[in-house]
Amino acid sequence: MISTLAIPRVSVTPARRDSSRAGRPYHRKRLEVLQNEEPSSQNDKQPDWSAVLCAVAEQDRAAFSALFAHFAPRVKSYMLRLGSDNTHAEELAQEALATVWRKADRYDPSRAAASTWIFTIARNLRIDAFRRRNHPELDPNDPALVPDQPVSADTVVEQKQDAVRIREALAELPEEQREVLKLSFFDDQTHTEISETLGIPLGTVKSRIRLGFGRIRTTLEDEE
Amino acid sequence: MSIQHHPDDELLVSYASGELPEAWSVLVATHTALCTDCRGKVRAAEAVGGALVSDAAPVEMDAGAFEATMARVAAQPDEPAVTPVTTVGVAKPVLPQPLRDYAGGDLNSLKWRRLGHGAYHVPLVTGRGAPTARLIRIPAGRPVPEHGHNGLELTMVLQGSFVDGGTRFGAGDVEIADSDLEHQPMAEPGQDCICLAVTDAPLRFRGAFARMVQPFIGI
Repeated sequence: MISTLAIPRVSVTPARRDSSRAGRPYHRKRLEVLQNEEPSSQNDKQPDWSAVLCAVAEQDRAAFSALFAHFAPRVKSYMLRLGSDNTHAEELAQEALATVWRKADRYDPSRAAASTWIFTIARNLRIDAFRRRNHPELDPNDPALVPDQPVSADTVVEQKQDAVRIREALAELPEEQREVLKLSFFDDQTHTEISETLGIPLGTVKSRIRLGFGRIRTTLEDEE
Repeated sequence: MSIQHHPDDELLVSYASGELPEAWSVLVATHTALCTDCRGKVRAAEAVGGALVSDAAPVEMDAGAFEATMARVAAQPDEPAVTPVTTVGVAKPVLPQPLRDYAGGDLNSLKWRRLGHGAYHVPLVTGRGAPTARLIRIPAGRPVPEHGHNGLELTMVLQGSFVDGGTRFGAGDVEIADSDLEHQPMAEPGQDCICLAVTDAPLRFRGAFARMVQPFIGI
């Protein structure tokens, strides 16, 4: 899709900028994994956004500029929902990308693809702006949290492959299932609103979401 | 911990998309703090959101947007540093985050209000209007006052356990009850059962006393 974005080769340095990542001993190893990785040649010609985002965490302004050029117009598209004008969407997109820069050192490439992490930041801003409420989330540092399975060095690569597979799986879903997922995630409609928009029963909306999500998860599990 | 009863996928997707109301989201987030399976499903659903944003038709940013964004960075308050958690010698909280934030602390700092039949509750503030979330404490071996619902009720066990209609719910489990169900959960003996309960409509209590006080205790 994007073939000739002028992305500078990002040098990912494992050096720590400050001590705030002291609780994340795996961060350094991740970056080395990324450094050694050959650019993906087959799936698409996009840069490795996870590596770019890790460089942003090291205050690499050129990396952030590249990330901004790609994601800001898409986040703006996400913010440009019904009832939101261009000015508001522009402001929210800028705010989202500013938050990406500020919080980049919390990004964990073994847990999420860059696009997923940026989506969660944009989503939380949108909930705050349009619904005036919070999005409660678990705290990864909470002593009461049941910890994740330990991650292997391959996990970073897997996350990126998953992101590609999810896009492929979405494209292959029956139109009616893709449509409800898009209305839910992208157009910020509640399931009741979707049922009104499409003129179908609420139960049908729910079952299409379950089926579509189930198919995407099956795709991921099959490949592992 | 073996969690047997989970929120359904549709609820997890709804949480990940951001359209689930806040009270329900507190329950889903609290469950995912204890359940790595559902945490993985939420991550997969968020990845769907990421894929949809990646595939979105780009909308051109204003001229000078990058510089304006860097100016916003300078204006945003500093992120608090991530402090490494010391777990040695510190008792593990019973309530996971984000529930402690909503309850105002862990179990030992809660201000329980009498609910009748030896049961207590703590209403949680989650935005405005319905649905509503609350912590409920049922004495060991005793029933929750019998009730039905006008809407959906989700109950997640945080401590102890209860049995409802022959099914056991332990720590981390989520019971989903709709308006068709008249149920009477019974706490198992041994330990008081503490649950997070979320409803989208007021409960209908069966007992005369409970019906009488219901308008006054806000449940």
